[in-house]
Amino acid sequence: MDILAYSAVELSAAIKAGKVTAVEAMEAVFARIDEKESTVNAYVTIDREQAFKTATITQEKIEKGELTGMLAGVPVAIKDNLCTEGIRTTCSSKILENFVPTFSAEAVLNLEKAGAVMIGKTNMDEFAMGSTTETSAYGVTRNPWNTDHVPGGSSGGSAAAVAAGECFFALGSDTGGSIRQPASFCGVVGLKPTYGTVSRYGLVAYGSSLDQIGPLTKNVADCAAVLEAIASHDTKDSTSVERKDTDFTTALIDDVKGMKIGIPRDYFGEGLDSEVKDAVFAAAKTLAAKGAVVEEFDLSLVEYAIPTYYTIAAAEASSNLERFDGIKYGYRAASYKGLHDMYKKTRSEGFGAEVKRRIMLGSFVLSSGYYDAYYLKALKVKAMIKKAFDEAFAKYDLILGPVAPTTAPKIGESLSDPLKMYLGDIYTISVNLAGLPGISLPCGIDTKGLPIGLQLIADSFQEKRLIQAAYTYEQTYSKEMR
Amino acid sequence: MAKQYETVIGLEVHVELATKTKIFCGCSTAFGGAPNTHTCPVCTGMPGSLPVLNKQVVNYAMAVGLATNCTITQYCKFDRKNYFYPDNPQNYQISQLYLPICRNGYVDIETSEGKKSVGIHEIHMEEDAGKLIHDEWEDCSLVDYNRSGVPLIEIVSEPDMRSAEEVIAYLEKLRMIVQYLGVSDCKLNEGSMRADVNLSVREVGAETFGTRTEMKNLNSFRAITHAIAGERERQIELLETGQQVTQETRRWDDTKEYSYAMRSKEDAQDYRYFPDPDLVPVYISDAWLQQVRDNQPEFREEKMARYKKEFDIPEYDIGIITDSKHLADLFEETVAICGQPKKVSNWLMGETLRLLKEKNMDPEDICFSPQNLARLIGLVDSKAVNSTVAKEIFEVMFAEDIDPEKYVEEKGLKTVNDEGALRKIIEEVIAANPQSVEDYRGGKQKAIGFLVGQTMKAMKGKADPGMVNKVLKELL
Amino acid sequence: MANIITDETIEYVGILAKLALSEDEKKQAKKDMGRMLDYIDKLAALDTTEIEPMSHVFSVQNVFREDVVTNGDESEKTLKNAPGEKDNMFMVPKTFD
Repeated sequence: MDILAYSAVELSAAIKAGKVTAVEAMEAVFARIDEKESTVNAYVTIDREQAFKTATITQEKIEKGELTGMLAGVPVAIKDNLCTEGIRTTCSSKILENFVPTFSAEAVLNLEKAGAVMIGKTNMDEFAMGSTTETSAYGVTRNPWNTDHVPGGSSGGSAAAVAAGECFFALGSDTGGSIRQPASFCGVVGLKPTYGTVSRYGLVAYGSSLDQIGPLTKNVADCAAVLEAIASHDTKDSTSVERKDTDFTTALIDDVKGMKIGIPRDYFGEGLDSEVKDAVFAAAKTLAAKGAVVEEFDLSLVEYAIPTYYTIAAAEASSNLERFDGIKYGYRAASYKGLHDMYKKTRSEGFGAEVKRRIMLGSFVLSSGYYDAYYLKALKVKAMIKKAFDEAFAKYDLILGPVAPTTAPKIGESLSDPLKMYLGDIYTISVNLAGLPGISLPCGIDTKGLPIGLQLIADSFQEKRLIQAAYTYEQTYSKEMR
Repeated sequence: MAKQYETVIGLEVHVELATKTKIFCGCSTAFGGAPNTHTCPVCTGMPGSLPVLNKQVVNYAMAVGLATNCTITQYCKFDRKNYFYPDNPQNYQISQLYLPICRNGYVDIETSEGKKSVGIHEIHMEEDAGKLIHDEWEDCSLVDYNRSGVPLIEIVSEPDMRSAEEVIAYLEKLRMIVQYLGVSDCKLNEGSMRADVNLSVREVGAETFGTRTEMKNLNSFRAITHAIAGERERQIELLETGQQVTQETRRWDDTKEYSYAMRSKEDAQDYRYFPDPDLVPVYISDAWLQQVRDNQPEFREEKMARYKKEFDIPEYDIGIITDSKHLADLFEETVAICGQPKKVSNWLMGETLRLLKEKNMDPEDICFSPQNLARLIGLVDSKAVNSTVAKEIFEVMFAEDIDPEKYVEEKGLKTVNDEGALRKIIEEVIAANPQSVEDYRGGKQKAIGFLVGQTMKAMKGKADPGMVNKVLKELL
Repeated sequence: MANIITDETIEYVGILAKLALSEDEKKQAKKDMGRMLDYIDKLAALDTTEIEPMSHVFSVQNVFREDVVTNGDESEKTLKNAPGEKDNMFMVPKTFD
């Protein structure tokens, strides 16, 4: 069997069964990287030597029975905003071009413990700000389904690497849809966990109250296994939540009988591509046929999520990115006159246009005289949005909808009009505002041959429901696709 | 007639808390480490690092709040104060603006004008900045983050003070409270207590406040007194010549005795405070609050009243002893062992204060233990050593906390109580000093003093002066 | 309401954010920010008088560390990425005259 055809969990099982070794798996991955990377550009940094070294050690540990987990021996790609000790971490920004972290993110350490083997760091929108992976300082990533198109973003490198077989699974981060939307554009599974489920320690912050790390995988079973490995209560992250229900793979059950699924009418209005709409409705029908109770309802406040999100995320980002000042690490301008000039030149040369745009907006909404009108107002609307979801989840187990209004746009189409690009986040960002878990999984292919994604949203801490429904849908969908 | 002006002063006092670790990470707060040796990703603002609050900081802040009659904010939060400066590694300082831990308190002070209350507007918790060192050789500055993240509380007073004397009384009062609580060393000159002075002037009788300035870098009571006088004069002069006071921050230069505006167009003074999303709110339950309340120590006023009742020592002594928590603790612990308050007080008021003054030390620096002081008192009581020898022993004990009993043994300093031996020596002294003997016998009572001295000298001080006198008189 | 963004606003925000924008960038920033704020002004339509601002989605509170030293000398790591270093300290442009 072609090694690359294995899912992550299947690969690990095959390695443990002695059918294939971790080193062979790594060789297969690198053969694919050598073939595809020059066009896809999914990675910013690849450490081939380290990858093989670790694969060899991991293989020995598996043979000795020291590593038995579901991901032991599986090659993984890590988004470049997760700190990796000794390996350059750039956030796809010039300002961190030579930054080598002295510690690894907790999620990365959890994967290491599980025996996954890191290949390298994936490309992203600079500091996770963007929806196309075009704002990277290290070149655009191309969609493996059609290289004229973007892979989505900001975790575009991770999604493209999974789709292209340049890894078996990847980690991404999701602040406003940055895992789910690229997963949708690249035809893979992506999950944004409940806020606090995965430690943010070592994730370079964009919007701290919204950021979560999550998996991008080939299928739902892998997704559950990866989430199970990375979820942990971390005393180094004050917002980390102690959960006892992180055995997510127990939810891989092909059954949705009696599950109540709500479809927000507000998600199917103007701006939604008709092919996407049809595919999502077809998915709803599939779940209904499997016994779920599916009905439409009014979620309300949907149109307010984007302005709320951009106010909060930009404000937090403006503060989070102040530490990039040319003093402690990263880029420092070559010439300057005095301290403030050094700050300004370093930051102006080091940050790209989209990052500067959000820093400017964020600084403004927090500035004297505007805090109440913008930032505080947004925090109040956030509370209202959360309440709207609370009311919805009093009636439904899950909410079903599209991930994005369209399939992947062509490269170069999006950046000219930032506001229009922001509007593409309409179905994903309210999930971050309310701290909820959401999953994106393939539900069709449009006439251009590009994947369409289905989004399922659950109440806080209900990832298992999400996984069960997604798994059930996937069983039928993958049969149909064959 | 010239206009009469009133000075209106409010203080922002920063107190460095004496926790073992920093406010948001497990780095040591110890002084004196080589640059950047007490640092980690959190207190140097590394990407991906996150803060976790040190619980002791909350306990300490609450204790100060309760001691200054504040209302404790039982649901409080941390905010980010955003400004760029190299000593501030994240370029934001984690502080409290919207929900500070303590509000609406007061302390009572006493000056030559009488008693008065100074209002406390709020007390908040925050992190200290790193240290900047100017490098003359390279014409650059160097940053050491060892102090970055050391916990501070900022005590913000109401503009209730009207003179430097009141300001000093207020600071002394705060220092005393903080020291009694044991939450800080509170040394102005070492930077563990820092005061910024907000000052404005107005005509006597005016209802509204004038425009205020804020003065920083005041690290001694002397500097504060001079800065207040200087700033008052500067503002009056501006008003008298028809100019206006600008609201600004000024830096006091203590050597030049002059303040200058810290103005910069790069300094917008717009801190864009917002709740820190990396930290969760602190909820102080009634039970927790009660626990801190129950653990509050006896403060100076209560202590003084109790001493007056319990111990037969002068009020003046009580004042001095309770002026330092350390001295008061030493007093009480020694009394508990030896049961002689008067004698303990004498040692503290006499020799101890003398040596502190001589060596330019604070009472907090005293190293000898109550056990050893009690032993020394015992030695004197049992006439094992006389008072002169005792003072000598005390000096050694003050320097290195020796056990006086062992010391006396080792050095053979014990008073000779063998009357036969003493008689022999005295006989020799009498024989060697016929003139003095004659003088004494001739009625010059004072002459005996010389003979006592000679005897003590011959005994190397190890004699009980009472016994020497007695035997001398017998033999003469 | 787009007219709240003036050249002075862009200048001022540039000082706050420590960004020196070129003339073109300033023009663009003025336009972008104006448009974005117009869009955000949508929120003004919502009545939020009785609503408590929500900075944290969950009511997690009281997450503390005990006051125990856990870190040793990490200065080597701390300074590893410094663009300028001298005597185990970060070298920065002169901060005062």
